[in-house]
Amino acid sequence: MLEVSDLSVTRGGVKLLEGVSFKLAAGQALVLRGPNGVGKTSLLRTVAGLQPALGGAIQFEPDGFAYASHADGIKATLSVEENLTFWAQIFGSNGVEAAMMAYDLRTLRERPAGALSAGQGRRLGLARLLVTGRPLWLLDEPTVSLDAEAVGMFARAIKAHLQAGGAALLATHIDLGLEDPTVLELSPYKAKTPVTDDFDEAFL
Amino acid sequence: MNQRPEQKRPAVNSVWEYANPRRFIATSDRLMPWIWGGAIACLVIGLIWGFFFTPDDYRQGSTVKIIYLHVPSALMAINAWFMMLVTSLIWIIRRHHVSALAARAAAPVGLVMTLIALLTGAIWGQPMWGTWWAWDPRLTSFLILFLFYLGYIALWSAIENDDTAADLTSILCLVGSVFAILSRYAVNFWNQGLHQGASLSLDKEENVADVFYHPLLFSIAGFVLLFLGLVLLRTQTEIRARRMRALLARERLQ
Amino acid sequence: MIALLIRDLKLALRAGGGFGLALAFFLIVVTLVPFGVGPDPELLSKIAPGILWLGALLACLLSLDRIFALDWEDGSLDLLATSPLPLEGVAAIKSFGHWLTTGLPLILAAPLFGVLMNLPATGFIPLILSLTLGTPALSVIGTFGAALTVGLKRGGLLLSLLVLPLYVPTLIFGAQVAQRGAEGLSITSPLLMLAGITCGTIALLPFAAAAVLKANLR
Repeated sequence: MLEVSDLSVTRGGVKLLEGVSFKLAAGQALVLRGPNGVGKTSLLRTVAGLQPALGGAIQFEPDGFAYASHADGIKATLSVEENLTFWAQIFGSNGVEAAMMAYDLRTLRERPAGALSAGQGRRLGLARLLVTGRPLWLLDEPTVSLDAEAVGMFARAIKAHLQAGGAALLATHIDLGLEDPTVLELSPYKAKTPVTDDFDEAFL
Repeated sequence: MNQRPEQKRPAVNSVWEYANPRRFIATSDRLMPWIWGGAIACLVIGLIWGFFFTPDDYRQGSTVKIIYLHVPSALMAINAWFMMLVTSLIWIIRRHHVSALAARAAAPVGLVMTLIALLTGAIWGQPMWGTWWAWDPRLTSFLILFLFYLGYIALWSAIENDDTAADLTSILCLVGSVFAILSRYAVNFWNQGLHQGASLSLDKEENVADVFYHPLLFSIAGFVLLFLGLVLLRTQTEIRARRMRALLARERLQ
Repeated sequence: MIALLIRDLKLALRAGGGFGLALAFFLIVVTLVPFGVGPDPELLSKIAPGILWLGALLACLLSLDRIFALDWEDGSLDLLATSPLPLEGVAAIKSFGHWLTTGLPLILAAPLFGVLMNLPATGFIPLILSLTLGTPALSVIGTFGAALTVGLKRGGLLLSLLVLPLYVPTLIFGAQVAQRGAEGLSITSPLLMLAGITCGTIALLPFAAAAVLKANLR
């Protein structure tokens, strides 16, 4: 579903990671680990195509993924249902009801998203993934500001997604209780300082 | 590749090899004394000849001699933007860092040239037209060009990431060029002006007399070389500054 | 695409400051001009087309930084960039939304403000015509400027500096249409130029805006 080979990742023009390779098949979850600043977010953004890779290749089915970052992209003046309906329309799918059910948002459907608590807002952001109908999820710290119950909802949603033949690439520190998630520790891929004196290189 | 000794460097196969910053600095270091020497020689000859050894114009008196600053600077103001357009295109298409940095280096030089053209124009216009400023199409176009330079430079300095800044300014330069030309025509449409015809058109009728023309050529050559020298110098500085930033960023990462 | 347009319009309606603010600003400009130049009706009617165009342009400028800034802050822009919508389409829809919320109200209110400025009767139709043809270009050019400055903390001033020179041709031809119309002269050639600029910017600038957005997102 996703194949990354020999990928080099930059942040702010500085090479962070190099030689990152992994494969992700349907029904599989890959958890990215590593200390802060190692480049988890940059790697996810690179895979999502938001920033260019310095080198290497990323292969996946075109338009096959949905990306969720720290920010949820939720409009405070729209209601919960309107927020989800908007993304469903953008991705040309339906499933707003199911998504609200999975994250227990149905009682909040009329509430403006601005009046939600941080955790509820995060749940709405995660529910957005369900309405995209995309097989591959790229998740950046999805469990931030969720309570234990909501983490449980997320774990159930991701398990259901994997069982339905989806896949997920996620950066998280929390154990979601997934059966046999592959863990990729990013520290070994940390870019080594090139000793080269070549000038063009020094720009990167 | 870092062990490449100076003397064993392969011969230059294509012009793009100058896009290597190292090579660019080495080559421009060799060129620079000649360019500066030429610029000073041409300017000295052109300006002294123009100021002291040409007759006064029968209509304009000795004020006409400001032409030796006005025309070359106006010419370079436009050519500097044109050069930025070309280097921006090279950056967009081939992504050579030196090209983007050369565009960045040329902008302030072009800005100053525009300012010189505007100021000398005002000084010239005062005795001729009886006013420091008129909303004449040429004057107005130069004022607009000045604003374009300001915006371009402001955008460069506002963005931290060098590659992003290079991308944004290149596209701004492209779009800006189209709008600059549009503005030129719009301004012409809006007001037919006081300004005399082109001083250097190929049409002999409109051209300035030969006595004024020959020293003018020298001073134009001087301005071209001066521009070249300044841009090369500033590009070198930009390359080094950029390298410093890259090294600092890398150091922070360790 | 339509979903995005509807969402933007909803946001503009609910958050306030969408439709109303630009209009109020236009009104203030038109009110302040006579204080500056004096209440002489002849002078006012002479400068009315230019002032109305300038007011419309400034009112348009005022709301430009909202085009992308809010979507940038809450992360929607990242999500839109990874959605099936092409960024060019996003840019085009955003400029259309901006035109609907600022350009269109300005056009509708312009006759009223024309009365305030003592615009000659022959000038009304050319004024509306020129605004109708010109304001879309203002929105599209403004969207490009907003895309350029989207990542900057205090991009508002820079945005004006970048966008205003780009507005020059539109302003000149637009104001010429209105001015010549008010004086009863032929308006064909500036009108055609204005239409040409608008068509050209609508066709090309969304691509530039999308390229710029891509560079800003990384």
